Amino acid sequence: MLLINCPFCKNRNETEFVYGGPVGVKRPDPSLVSDEEWVDFLTMVPNPMGPVYERWWHARGCNKWFIICRDTVTHEILESPSDEP
Amino acid sequence: MQHYSLLSLARNALTGHKNWQKAWRSPPLKEKYEVIIIGAGGHGLATAYYLAKEFGITDVAVLERGWLGGGNVARNTVTVRSNYLRDQSVPFYVKSVSLYEGLTKNLNFNMMHSKRTMVDVVHNYPKMRDLRRRQLTMDIYNSTYEQISVDRVRELIPALTGGGPGSRLPIIGGMVHKDAGVNRHDAVAWGYARAADALGVEMHQKTAVTSLLRAKNGDISGVETVKGTVKAKKVVVAVSGHTTTITETAGLRLPLRTMNLTAFVSEPIKPIVDVIVNCSDLGFYFSQSDKGELVIGGAPDSAQSFRRDIKQHVFEDTVGAMLELFPSFKKLKLLRQWGGHLDITPDASPIMDETSVPGLYVTAGWWGGYKAIPAGGLTMAHQVATNSPHPLMETFSHNRFKNLDYILETGTTTAR
Repeated sequence: MLLINCPFCKNRNETEFVYGGPVGVKRPDPSLVSDEEWVDFLTMVPNPMGPVYERWWHARGCNKWFIICRDTVTHEILESPSDEP
Repeated sequence: MQHYSLLSLARNALTGHKNWQKAWRSPPLKEKYEVIIIGAGGHGLATAYYLAKEFGITDVAVLERGWLGGGNVARNTVTVRSNYLRDQSVPFYVKSVSLYEGLTKNLNFNMMHSKRTMVDVVHNYPKMRDLRRRQLTMDIYNSTYEQISVDRVRELIPALTGGGPGSRLPIIGGMVHKDAGVNRHDAVAWGYARAADALGVEMHQKTAVTSLLRAKNGDISGVETVKGTVKAKKVVVAVSGHTTTITETAGLRLPLRTMNLTAFVSEPIKPIVDVIVNCSDLGFYFSQSDKGELVIGGAPDSAQSFRRDIKQHVFEDTVGAMLELFPSFKKLKLLRQWGGHLDITPDASPIMDETSVPGLYVTAGWWGGYKAIPAGGLTMAHQVATNSPHPLMETFSHNRFKNLDYILETGTTTAR
């Protein structure tokens, strides 16, 4: 179980949060990039054994969306939450 | 290969079981093979076996980081079924189930396959409508699915005493899948390994692959292992959750994310349930093993994970849901708990293909890959041997994502 440091509510239990997916590349403008780049954006996510930036949503709390850096092997939260990775 | 039979058992009993042949050899690692398969799990071993058996390619090495059959093939809940949703998936799993049913005989290894029917317990009408749609697709491909009433559900599962009309989520009916069964996961790994070994395939345990090697022209040229470099023109990656970890060493990115899926086992009790019970609306499923333990599967962790453990709240959710329907299980002691890695594609269907790196094949994205082992091995061997996809798996290509040609498949036991 993770103890997630919500920027507003401080340390709260993981069960109060909803996982929002890993943070991939910034959303490109679909009219400006090639089909390949667009599909890449839609399907590829970082999948490292180690630190990954991901979004969480304090759905059963203050409703804040934020980003944490978490190790996928140890589950340690390595950086305090932020709005951008 | 020494033939296993009642007679051979009796003969070896007379000599104190000292003369059993080893099930497979442990030869020294050569410098070069025709095909290298990374991962001695279900899919890796089945691919090796069918490469040798169906396509005559015996210069094959299966490289395993840990021990044979110690990965996800030992970390699943041994449910074999074919109730999938899409035209592309159903025939594939129908083939797999039928191969499983003949496996004991074909591999001369007792799989203890028990065809015992799966019952889906349904709590809401949209789900029921969805399952009936699934039934129509499955009818086309000779899989069996049938709607049953609440009374029949309770007849088939006497222990199901919760979920009555006064409960928060009353049961409205069920679906029966008669082709489903359970078997013995160790036997699947060992049976394939033993049969593949007899045909000349080499298994190398404790031989972790650290990276893939590419020739100057970009083709795959071999692998780097902890025991040195091994060359091969064809390399198959069958490593489940670690697929991207391996393929990224060759500069190949794949649309996969690694998740941890929960399972646990109760203490052995007297026979109480003789079908596989699947409550996908509540997020759990279970069956009773021959030893009497209830083998229970839950939902995956929400976020990516390379841990093979179980999160307390996922565990509590699963148990809480189970006790709603099976209040008598309250007194059960749970013996073991574990997790297994899955690598999930955006559409929850597998990728079985030669990748954009020539000579590098992957079989990945298996959500519930245990049931797919025989068909997965057979079709993957076809792909590797002939360089063309087997008709049963051609849509599970790596390129389907380029066209966003998803085979959306939420036909897994715990997908809601």
